[in-house]
Amino acid sequence: MKIRLPLEKRRKLVSWLFLLPATLLIAGMSFYPMIKAFLLSFTKGFGKTSEFVGTYNYQRLFQDSLFKTALGNTFIYLIIQVPLMLILALILASLLNNPKIKCKGLFRTMIFLPCATSLVSYSIIFRSMFALDGFANSVLMNLNVINKPINWIGEIWPARIIIILAITWRWTGYNMIFYLSGLQNIDPQIYESAKIDGASASQQFRKITIPLLKPIILLTAIMSTNGTLQLFDETKNLTNGGPANMTISISQYIYKLSFEYSPQFGYAATISFIVFLLVAVLSFLQMKVGDKRD
Amino acid sequence: MTKAKIRYFFAYAFLILVSFISVFPLLWMLISATNTSLDVIRGKMSFGTALVDNFKQLVQTTQIGQALINSFRNAFVLTIMSLLVCSLAGYAFEIYHDKWKDGVMKLLLLSMMVPFAATMIPLFTWFGKMNLINTTAGFMLPSISTAFLIFLFRQSSRSFPYEIVEAARLEGMSEIRIFTRIFVPIMKPTYAAAITVTFMNAWNSYLWPLVILQDKKSQTMPILISNLISGYTINYGVLMLAVSISTLPTILIFFVLQKNFTEGITGAVK
Repeated sequence: MKIRLPLEKRRKLVSWLFLLPATLLIAGMSFYPMIKAFLLSFTKGFGKTSEFVGTYNYQRLFQDSLFKTALGNTFIYLIIQVPLMLILALILASLLNNPKIKCKGLFRTMIFLPCATSLVSYSIIFRSMFALDGFANSVLMNLNVINKPINWIGEIWPARIIIILAITWRWTGYNMIFYLSGLQNIDPQIYESAKIDGASASQQFRKITIPLLKPIILLTAIMSTNGTLQLFDETKNLTNGGPANMTISISQYIYKLSFEYSPQFGYAATISFIVFLLVAVLSFLQMKVGDKRD
Repeated sequence: MTKAKIRYFFAYAFLILVSFISVFPLLWMLISATNTSLDVIRGKMSFGTALVDNFKQLVQTTQIGQALINSFRNAFVLTIMSLLVCSLAGYAFEIYHDKWKDGVMKLLLLSMMVPFAATMIPLFTWFGKMNLINTTAGFMLPSISTAFLIFLFRQSSRSFPYEIVEAARLEGMSEIRIFTRIFVPIMKPTYAAAITVTFMNAWNSYLWPLVILQDKKSQTMPILISNLISGYTINYGVLMLAVSISTLPTILIFFVLQKNFTEGITGAVK
């Protein structure tokens, strides 16, 4: 017994040493800067000229029309794109889980393929395809669908729709994989007995698939919401926030405030803190709704 | 046709349509890389002969070689560091489990809620003071340790037989050797999944490199191709060649990823 105790203690010590680098890094690279950003949001100027301005930056938010636009855009993307993508992914996953469908592997690979492209790459591909003098207009004009080119990226709603389409293209397959993994954990016998009881395909989908996948749907909803709230690469490279900042995202605005205009770190930090609150509140709401048993 | 047949017809039609839409932009990218800018605009949908010219122009007007080297080096170093740190932590959370570690894990998972935009400015000023701007260390430090990877390793450690650890201890193996000699080889599939995900994220990351890798010498592929669209006239053939080159490594990894990623998700979702 005398030897065992120190050994146990040593093991305990070792176990905490194993955790230390990862924990310290997350604390230093995530929590510490987060607190810093919060403190920064009460200041103006930077370095030696930095001064405490109280809630000035927070008051400024209410008069800042560009902030309102960025916030509004982000919500437009959130409300239209996330449900659209998740429903599409769910339908595709349940089709590909059907044992009678053939070539499943091929379909899955093709639909998952957009995930191989970087956010910058696909933004540029979409930007090029939908440029005023680009591929989409050429094809549509050759087919006589339109008689003059559509300014996809130069007009507000077409530009927003292209962004929504692009994000959906990139991420639907990713979410589909999560649903497919979830579906494979469901016992096929549940579907068999439902069929014997005379349940139609849509009834099976609503009464079995969706309830059993609820935890994963919740997970994907939270991930997608977080992703959309942090949207940057796409709006920067697809529309560059244009036309006239009408597609700008919150993250892009933060970037502009910090690195494109004369640096306003305090105000940028204020907006970034709003993003943090939004992520936290929306994730919390989704967990509340998702946990409800019906 | 029976009702069931009609239903299958629509299911296949839908799947084929979605598959086509998924593949088309990438196909268009590859085809455009071989055409002149004018042909790309005209909507030419067959392979052309301008690939070599596009390549020459790309090499002459940009520092693509340097950018490729930077991207590979950054992604490679980050992946190794990240796997080392996160797998060790994930292993420790599961194998030496106690209620304190549960608390720490919950805290670490909270970091997933911290948006990068919020930490970017303090990190930038901090790294500036530490002379980390334009360095690989500056690039990788914020993303070495991620709650996602730690979680992935913790979840897959659940299937790791604990008896092996006890047997190895009786043999007198040290704790760190048990990890490196037994855990790592057995967990190869999880490592494969983690490598693909981490490498791809590192290769593709954009916002942080834009902030921290400011001079031309340290720029990575996403920044290079993003800069190509900032001019007044865009050469679409050259642009699509650059995008293709930047996408090729991840497409290759993708075919590895597909299997690993799916398995990784299935393991974590259970």
